[in-house]
Amino acid sequence: MQPDSPRPDTVHKAIIFDDVSIGFEDLTVLNGVSFELQRGETKAVLGVAGSGKSTILKICLGLIKPDRGHVYVLGHDITTMSEEELFDLRNKVGIVFQESALFDSLTVRDNVAFRLMEEKLPEAEIEKKVREVLSFVEMEDAIDKLPSELSGGMRRRVGIARAIITQPEALLYDSPTGGLDPITSTTIIELIMKQRDVYKTSALMVSHRLQDGFTLASHFFDPVTKHMQPVDGTPQRDIHTSFMILREGKVIFAGTAHELGQVEDPYIKEYIA
Amino acid sequence: MEIISPVDYVKRSLLAVQEYSLLSVRSVTNLFRHPRYISDAIQQADLIGVGSLPIVVLTGLFTGIVLALNTSKTLERFGSLSLTGTLVSFSMVRELGPVLTSLMVAGRNASGMASELGSMKVTEQIDAMRALGTDPYKKLVTPRVISTVFMMFFLTIISDLVGLAGGWLISFGLLGLDTYQYWNSAYQALSYNDVITGLIKPLVFGFIIATIGCYYGMNTKGGTQGVGRATTQAVVASSVLILAVDAVLTQLFISFK
Repeated sequence: MQPDSPRPDTVHKAIIFDDVSIGFEDLTVLNGVSFELQRGETKAVLGVAGSGKSTILKICLGLIKPDRGHVYVLGHDITTMSEEELFDLRNKVGIVFQESALFDSLTVRDNVAFRLMEEKLPEAEIEKKVREVLSFVEMEDAIDKLPSELSGGMRRRVGIARAIITQPEALLYDSPTGGLDPITSTTIIELIMKQRDVYKTSALMVSHRLQDGFTLASHFFDPVTKHMQPVDGTPQRDIHTSFMILREGKVIFAGTAHELGQVEDPYIKEYIA
Repeated sequence: MEIISPVDYVKRSLLAVQEYSLLSVRSVTNLFRHPRYISDAIQQADLIGVGSLPIVVLTGLFTGIVLALNTSKTLERFGSLSLTGTLVSFSMVRELGPVLTSLMVAGRNASGMASELGSMKVTEQIDAMRALGTDPYKKLVTPRVISTVFMMFFLTIISDLVGLAGGWLISFGLLGLDTYQYWNSAYQALSYNDVITGLIKPLVFGFIIATIGCYYGMNTKGGTQGVGRATTQAVVASSVLILAVDAVLTQLFISFK
């Protein structure tokens, strides 16, 4: 964005990347990446390993700073914010790490309640919210367990519960199905869908699994059956899901599932084949 | 093994010194900023202070015993065996108590801090903490620094006393010295400057142990192998730094005498 250009629309857009570049030592990881995430939209960020997907999420939270460009998160230009200012903003953005990154010395309850305990909320209120959110991810029975006692899929679900306990305005998922079996992966995608359709949370989902994105784009969460249902035959339902594909630090595709199916680029065709 | 140019080596070293200095400054300035993690500091004080008590007591006891045994041989030649308490007291309070206690605590706790924080770093738990809106320097580093400095003060006093008691065991049991004579000469040997020197040193050493342990932990890279490397480096760096700073402090206190 040029210095004289107007401030971007941060009311309708949760996250804006404007010509963002970053490199580590001699390696360029992101090279002039620009995209927008609308409020309530879920964007699946796809690409092969090393294409810069996870770096985008870390930049969104201000965990690393870009070398060039601007990043607007919930109306704040995070590239100009100090670490102290970023701590407040991070309370409004949830993240689910690739390997869950649960605190291994804390129980599931304390992991999920971490933010609330930091805010010094009353014990009764914390307990209520923890049970509520664990029930959302169907992990209430594991409340007193340590992360080491949980399977990979269970840890991922606790990670989601920890990320959504404060009902953040934006959610970031870093390969939420990575290393999981197909059935557990579907359960995780269903949870992401539930969060999208029940709470209308804006989300960036990084994944190398194309089917995760297509499942999100072709299904909706049915609160009656409490399971996902295909969109086919459901009139005028907008599932607010789009795709973005990265290649060597550059955005090579941005659009809907339908547009992705029509694309002629040989690399993308091979990728989605 | 990676071969780096001398220029890169100097750059890396300067960067490491800069990062260590920033961590040290932040660990202190965080004391004046909210939130303060008092319960975490108390928990660390228990782990570092109470947990280190057995090795500190044993180190102090055997150092006092060895000091009394060695000095008595020399003093006997000059017919000054009654000065055993003086030498044990002077050596323990001014030098060996603070230094040996610090080296023992460094071996136990600098390694513990580096491995604990290092494991958290490589498993993205530090990033997760930042992402959850909590400053890891406030929650993890400052409580460790404060409790180590605080507990080192008391651990050194305990070590000094136990060392003196060890010296008395030998003086009374083996050398046949009078108990009153031993303790009186031990007390008379110490000047105000000696006591101050012996009590300021552990505060500085405690700060070195915790900041070095936390620095290597917070900068761990390279998975479990990296955690092992950080742990070793933390013990080596803190031990060497303690001895180097001890030399500087000793000269400083002598010149102020």
